[in-house]
Amino acid sequence: MRKAPRLSRFNIASLALGLAFLYLPILILVIYSFNDSRLVTVWGGWSLRWYHEFFNDRAMIEAAWMSLRVAVSSATIATLLGTLAAVALSRGERFRGRTLFSGMLYAPLVMPEVITGLSLLLLFVALNAERGFWTVTIAHTTLTMCFVTVVVQSRLGSLDRSLEEAAMDLGCDPVRAFLSVTLPLIAPAIVAGWMLAFTLSLDDLVIASFTTGPGSATLPIRIYSEVRLGVKPEINAICTLAIALIAVVIVLASLASKLSSSRGESAAPL
Amino acid sequence: MAEELSGTNIAAEAAGADALPAAEQGLLRIEGVAKTFGTFRAVDGVSLDIKAGEFFALLGPSGCGKTTLLRMLAGFEAPDEGRILLGGKDIAQALPHERPVNMMFQNYALFPHLSVRDNIAFGLKRAGMARADIATRVAEMVALVKLEGLEKRKPDQLSGGQRQRVALARALARRPQLLLLDEPLAALDKKLRENTQAELMELQRRLGMTFIVVTHDQEEAMTMASRIGVMKAGKLVQVAKPRELYEAPRSRWIAEFVGDINLFDGESKLRDGHRLVIGTRDAGALVVAEPREPVGAGKLAVAIRPEKVKLSRRGPASEAGHQSAINLLDGVIADICYLGGTTTYKVKLDSGGVLQASVANSARLDVDAYSLNQHVVAWFGPDDCMVLTS
Repeated sequence: MRKAPRLSRFNIASLALGLAFLYLPILILVIYSFNDSRLVTVWGGWSLRWYHEFFNDRAMIEAAWMSLRVAVSSATIATLLGTLAAVALSRGERFRGRTLFSGMLYAPLVMPEVITGLSLLLLFVALNAERGFWTVTIAHTTLTMCFVTVVVQSRLGSLDRSLEEAAMDLGCDPVRAFLSVTLPLIAPAIVAGWMLAFTLSLDDLVIASFTTGPGSATLPIRIYSEVRLGVKPEINAICTLAIALIAVVIVLASLASKLSSSRGESAAPL
Repeated sequence: MAEELSGTNIAAEAAGADALPAAEQGLLRIEGVAKTFGTFRAVDGVSLDIKAGEFFALLGPSGCGKTTLLRMLAGFEAPDEGRILLGGKDIAQALPHERPVNMMFQNYALFPHLSVRDNIAFGLKRAGMARADIATRVAEMVALVKLEGLEKRKPDQLSGGQRQRVALARALARRPQLLLLDEPLAALDKKLRENTQAELMELQRRLGMTFIVVTHDQEEAMTMASRIGVMKAGKLVQVAKPRELYEAPRSRWIAEFVGDINLFDGESKLRDGHRLVIGTRDAGALVVAEPREPVGAGKLAVAIRPEKVKLSRRGPASEAGHQSAINLLDGVIADICYLGGTTTYKVKLDSGGVLQASVANSARLDVDAYSLNQHVVAWFGPDDCMVLTS
């Protein structure tokens, strides 16, 4: 059925160039993370020395753990809120101020991070909140929620409204219709939104540095402060681990979405 | 309901229901229903009675409100005014899932993440039916719409015709008192559409269920429905059997919307027994049978269907022909449109107008065919004319 067309020489060349452009720097970074030399740019043979160093670097490990916790919790909250906002915007009755609401929702997309960070800092100071894990999580939630909303809303927009009507026609109340028909169909978008929020939170430096407190630095903050004193090969090792983590997340997410679509096919024998 | 019925019993059960006099009673009563969107009055005071077991068609051009009316029956829109009584109970404000009514959507609205079997079983699961009964019912429905062997497929692995069947099976599975079909055949190609029309009629007859179909295709409505309601600008303008609608439309607009028609504007001149002489601008004086409803003095139109017009080279030959051929019009062939089974000629009348005549091509060799610019006599009887006042 779906016969892949043969690639022309031009296609192969452009594909190779494109991939090289994207992945060559990362590949070099990965290779150099196994470098034995103290100097970042001089090859001194293979070694796991810097990985060992990283795992013994308590401050760095704590920062990584902090980043991971912030990313998971802010991505989860952002996905929940962002999905609800997307549903309200695309499915709700046309309420007053709907355009204003959706416009305001997308503001963080274009707002410079410095402004978001600074205003949140001012808010937390005014509230006299102790800055640390929760303030960073809340800040990242405000940053990433709109991305989730954009992803989920575009999926909802392409979904046929009559599917929900059919579900209601066949005996579902509106809530059940949403849960049994809409939700499974927008699930891939929700997963994608979560992943986007997760990675955005993981690599954010600006907002985190505004909203975090003493003793709770995230990984980017930690790395940035290290790099200012000169790049240690340990950073290469950390980055390689981060790349591995993100790759695993992506593979798991795509497996999950494949699984959910094939589950429908071999559905419970009635 | 007897859930343990097997596939073959559904027809027998339906036939049993048919035998009851209850089938003759009104099932659905629509009273003065209206719906306004903003300033647009989509449905404007529609009243209608539908009997159990009827195959009713709502016919009208797009934007006439027929789909809105259907959606109000399904519960997707609430009427602003009026009542909708189903089996004597007002359901106008009931939610879709609270009504014993199911709908087949124009684009089918099959759940893409569910298999054919799960699509059909969807409504049964919601109704809380036992697993074994659901399996039986689904098998029954699959057999009914001839989809055996495709139960595990997803909707995107089916052809258009197969999807249409799944949608039908899903809507029928809950055995609704009333099945609503929104343009059920619009997405099918012509040949498949004709076959499916016949199958839908057969199914409706076997199940004894009440069908309401919305369509903009007058041929489809004529073929399938036992009664047709014509809608225009939110109003129901005529409810009639297909034949009555075609042969006795109530207004010019209906006459032109349903099939082809020749219309000649004129005024009533004089009465001659049961005949009326009407002076028309484009076709001279025409003799017509007096309509059942008396005609006033004002403006009116004489309407003749093209297939009622006969053509010949020299006028009717036989005595019998002379009897009925009171309206004789001379003209020349101005346009020929060959359609296979019939040929439509446009005759430019000497009196000024243009008359369309549809002639059956009953002989294979074109001995009867006329050529362009040929002089002909067109004729038709007074009984073939309709007098339209509005």
